[in-house]
Amino acid sequence: MSEKIIGKAYVLGNNIDTDQIIPAEHLVYSTSDPEELKKYGHYALSSVPPSQAGLPQGNMPFIEGDNHISQYNIIIGGSNFGCGSSREHAPLAMQVAGVKAIIAESYARIFYRNSVDGGFLTPFESNSELKGVIKTGDEVELDIDSNVLVNKSTSQTYQLKPLGSVHDIVKSGGLFNYAREHQLI
Amino acid sequence: MGMTITEKIFAKASGKNTVIPGESVWLDVDILMTHDVCGPPTIAIWKNEFGEKAKVWDKNKLVIFPDHYIFTKNPHANRNVEILRQFAADYDLPNYYDVGTERYKGVCHIALAQEGYNIPGTVLFGTDSHTCTSGAFGMFSTGVGNTDAAFILGTGKIWEKVPESMKFVFNGVMPPYLTAKDLILQILGDITTDGATYRAMEFSGSAIASMSMYERMTLTNMAIEAGGMSGIIAVDDVTRSYLSELNISEYDEFTSDSDAKYFSEYTYDVEKMEPIVAKPHSPDNKDTVSNVAGTKVTKCYIGSCTGGKITDFQFAANILYGRKVKVPTFIVPASISVAKELGEVTFNGSTLLEIFSDAGCHIAESSCAACLGGPADTIGRSTDGDVVISTTNRNFPGRMGSKQAGVYLASPLTVAASALTGEITDPRNYL
Ligand code: SF4
Repeated sequence: MSEKIIGKAYVLGNNIDTDQIIPAEHLVYSTSDPEELKKYGHYALSSVPPSQAGLPQGNMPFIEGDNHISQYNIIIGGSNFGCGSSREHAPLAMQVAGVKAIIAESYARIFYRNSVDGGFLTPFESNSELKGVIKTGDEVELDIDSNVLVNKSTSQTYQLKPLGSVHDIVKSGGLFNYAREHQLI
Repeated sequence: MGMTITEKIFAKASGKNTVIPGESVWLDVDILMTHDVCGPPTIAIWKNEFGEKAKVWDKNKLVIFPDHYIFTKNPHANRNVEILRQFAADYDLPNYYDVGTERYKGVCHIALAQEGYNIPGTVLFGTDSHTCTSGAFGMFSTGVGNTDAAFILGTGKIWEKVPESMKFVFNGVMPPYLTAKDLILQILGDITTDGATYRAMEFSGSAIASMSMYERMTLTNMAIEAGGMSGIIAVDDVTRSYLSELNISEYDEFTSDSDAKYFSEYTYDVEKMEPIVAKPHSPDNKDTVSNVAGTKVTKCYIGSCTGGKITDFQFAANILYGRKVKVPTFIVPASISVAKELGEVTFNGSTLLEIFSDAGCHIAESSCAACLGGPADTIGRSTDGDVVISTTNRNFPGRMGSKQAGVYLASPLTVAASALTGEITDPRNYL
């Protein structure tokens, strides 16, 4: 059976860097303490400039009020998603906020690897620009195995690039799980 | 079909005859490097995942340099160094270069070269995005996150996608007013900050052939600023003689085949190029120095793994010799060995150290210092309203301290010339 992620899309622009995803000043919180961990969700995407937050309209906060979980669980991004520092707290923060997948035109390599290997979320690449055709709040359905995205709000279907060799790591939930399943460690 | 140097190294490290770009392979890692910022979380993941059986795969292949947040009173920063120290003691690690001891080396990427860890044909991973610097030695080197590093720490292996390569050829003879920094800033302006994402940037041409290892490292260092996975320069006599000084003579020299396939190729004539800056707030925000000349600056900074090598200080000394700086100017040698050389290398009969002190510069201890801002008590850190011109590699808002500061990235020649006038100045005025 193929695995599906269903939820609401949150749309962002190009060059979303790791400082916009989780500003350096919040990296002090412990990632092993469950209460402190929530802070990462609370501050996820908190430095995206307001006009760019939740396109096309903008000014749509990813996290409402004191919450640490977002109502959006699929991110639609542009090119060079996750550029900047090598901090693994970036995909972690989005995971804590409830994000399951990102669909961007391209990724910065270290962010992409961290997302997959840390088992934080699934990064898909789109074949075309989606940030113009999907709106923040649209109901979307992502099929992880056939790499198809359906925008239920418009009934449009988009074929995404296959995950390729990272598919198995994504399925296992991260590099260490994958390695254990394959008796690599 | 032919292969690039990078593809050949991937084939060797994955035990295959050939590899093709896009394919994922498991690599045997020759060196894992970490430092005080990412070392502690890497160790935590490693302990957590391997549990009782956590074992360092090969002590000789693990290299740890505290270098980022070290001369500070910040308790979290000091706790990080303490974790490394304990880890090195617990596992009896031979390649730990503790701060506060005579083993301390300075900034990791420069220390890797100077301590003989950069071996042509090998594979080096580091928990730092500028790990690509080592590629100047005809090897594959790149940065990874903590989970990947923890995996390598326990297994000595990691998966990696074989990158496509981009070729950058620099022809001509380097004019005295240009440095490698101008060349890489030019490339960044041309291809932008994601122009090389997931690719290897291969540099060659007569201008590269005549460059010192340290100048070459300026090029490979900033491959990541274009999103590059790595930068690489084939081994030649300059590489061989650098390595022979370190008594290193056995290694694999790979060269790209003439029919190797490249994603794209760029050719430059250095004799037609000009001094370049990257304006705030992105390394690809390129302009010529002559266009922005006259812009007031409040601080000048010569340091970091990009611009704090002995060659960078030789360039600066050419300009600062016998003159006085007009704005606060910081000299931050990237490594202890560079710091030592400042007192030995001379220009017109004076040591570089004398030249810089006479010019009125502040001379700091070796570390990353204000390259990445750091704790509030870091030397050279930018404050609100500062306009800094710097030989470092990144000028994102807040990178060197204050978010309310602007940073221009430039060559050591341009920074030194600007220090003399307090405004961005073309080095040709002083050469
Ligand atoms: S000098 Fe700057 S760029 Fe180099 S390792 Fe240190 S912080 Fe990173």
